[in-house]
Amino acid sequence: MATREEITSGLAEILEEVAGVNPGDVAEDKSFTDDLDVDSLSMVEVVVAAEEKFGVKIPDNEVQNLKTVGDAVSFIEANH
Amino acid sequence: MSSTDVVVTGLGATTPLGGDVASTWDALLAGRSGVTPLTQEWAAQLPVRIAAQLAVDPSEVIERVKMRKLDRSEAIALIAAKQAWLDAGLEDSGLDPERLAVSFGSGIGGATTLLNQDDILEASGPRRVSPHTVPMLMPNGPAAWVGIDLKARAGVHAMASACATGAEALSLGLDIIRSGRADVVVAGGTEAVIHPLPLAGFSSMRAMSTRNDEPERASRPWDKGRDGFVMGEGGGALILERADHAVARGARIYARLAGTGITSDGFDIVQPDPECKGGIRAMTKAIQDAGLTGADIAHVNAHATSTPAGDMGEILGIKTAIGDHPVITSTKSMSGHLLGAAGALESIATILAIRDSVVPPTINLDDPDDRLDLDVAAHKARPLEIAAAMNNSFGFGGHNVAVVFTRY
Repeated sequence: MATREEITSGLAEILEEVAGVNPGDVAEDKSFTDDLDVDSLSMVEVVVAAEEKFGVKIPDNEVQNLKTVGDAVSFIEANH
Repeated sequence: MSSTDVVVTGLGATTPLGGDVASTWDALLAGRSGVTPLTQEWAAQLPVRIAAQLAVDPSEVIERVKMRKLDRSEAIALIAAKQAWLDAGLEDSGLDPERLAVSFGSGIGGATTLLNQDDILEASGPRRVSPHTVPMLMPNGPAAWVGIDLKARAGVHAMASACATGAEALSLGLDIIRSGRADVVVAGGTEAVIHPLPLAGFSSMRAMSTRNDEPERASRPWDKGRDGFVMGEGGGALILERADHAVARGARIYARLAGTGITSDGFDIVQPDPECKGGIRAMTKAIQDAGLTGADIAHVNAHATSTPAGDMGEILGIKTAIGDHPVITSTKSMSGHLLGAAGALESIATILAIRDSVVPPTINLDDPDDRLDLDVAAHKARPLEIAAAMNNSFGFGGHNVAVVFTRY
């Protein structure tokens, strides 16, 4: 089981690769769109990459609830 | 002549000969070939293993994350358009976005994106297909990206007329300014389909040179040994501007876009009319549109792609529409054939020929076709005072576009 810190760090790697987000800016309270400037199509890429990295399935109707990095960490922690 | 004078105030290009206009023009005047072997693994199985590949990869200019969202043809368009924009001094110039339009096309569009994403679909399933796929492959993608980058709000138009695309984009740009819909138009063409499928498709048509052992000698318009065109990739962009608008802001003016002529053959989907009737009508219309006569045209940058079928018809056309006096050249002998970008790149060469009073050479014309009875600037650049010059572009589908530039 990955810890919340490990999941956050894994998401930071994905966000850097897909959207050019500085890993130092990635924290649980940051909003993907408002704080990290991840556009809607890039968010789709982040979700698919996260599914692969953490072995989870993130349904499309769940993605809209993942506003912050912390939301995504919680979902992955509960489902992987 | 139209009451609205339109001038060219900015140029941009990224080509097999250089990453910008200056390096490309230097290479053209020096007679340097941009054709090289295709060393990619996939090329080994192809009958054609040469192409004119970009001198500067777009990834060296555009940051990595943005490149993920761009087809190569879109990246090229963005690079060329931004160069032209800066060259024209339009950055932070206060130009009203609602007076700025884009007219930019591609012959084939985002085919490499389509093919690469199909590979992903086959190998990994639909969820792995990039969400950027559609905006990367759509044919209006290059024009749309340029419009977004430069904040054009007077309309973004995407031409698609095969190898006449770049020239037709200029013609539409001229119409837009003459009709009063914009003061400035970013016009041009882009192409990036050096990929096994388009290469195989053109090869199956027997349209491409297979002179794989001598890449630099493969593109040889009007030479007896010509055996097809050499595919090139790249893009060119021109800033077209209402002349009084350019003068009012003190812009540097390269030349006047004096007139254009567009016709269609109504003849065959790929074969050119052997008597160049559509080409003759396009050239004649362009000359009339410019308020000139054939006698005024001192130089023609010809379409001449180095195919056995196509090259000589245009010679007949030039003689009929213009006369036997112009000094002609085919810069495709050096750049390869940039397909939908050809008309844009070759219009840039035509404009610079007027500016610098020199015709760039046609290289590899070692043994001219017996029917070639016009004066070609063979092998070496030719000094020539040029008051008016023409660029021709013809495309699959029977598209014929002639563009006339004059010294301002």
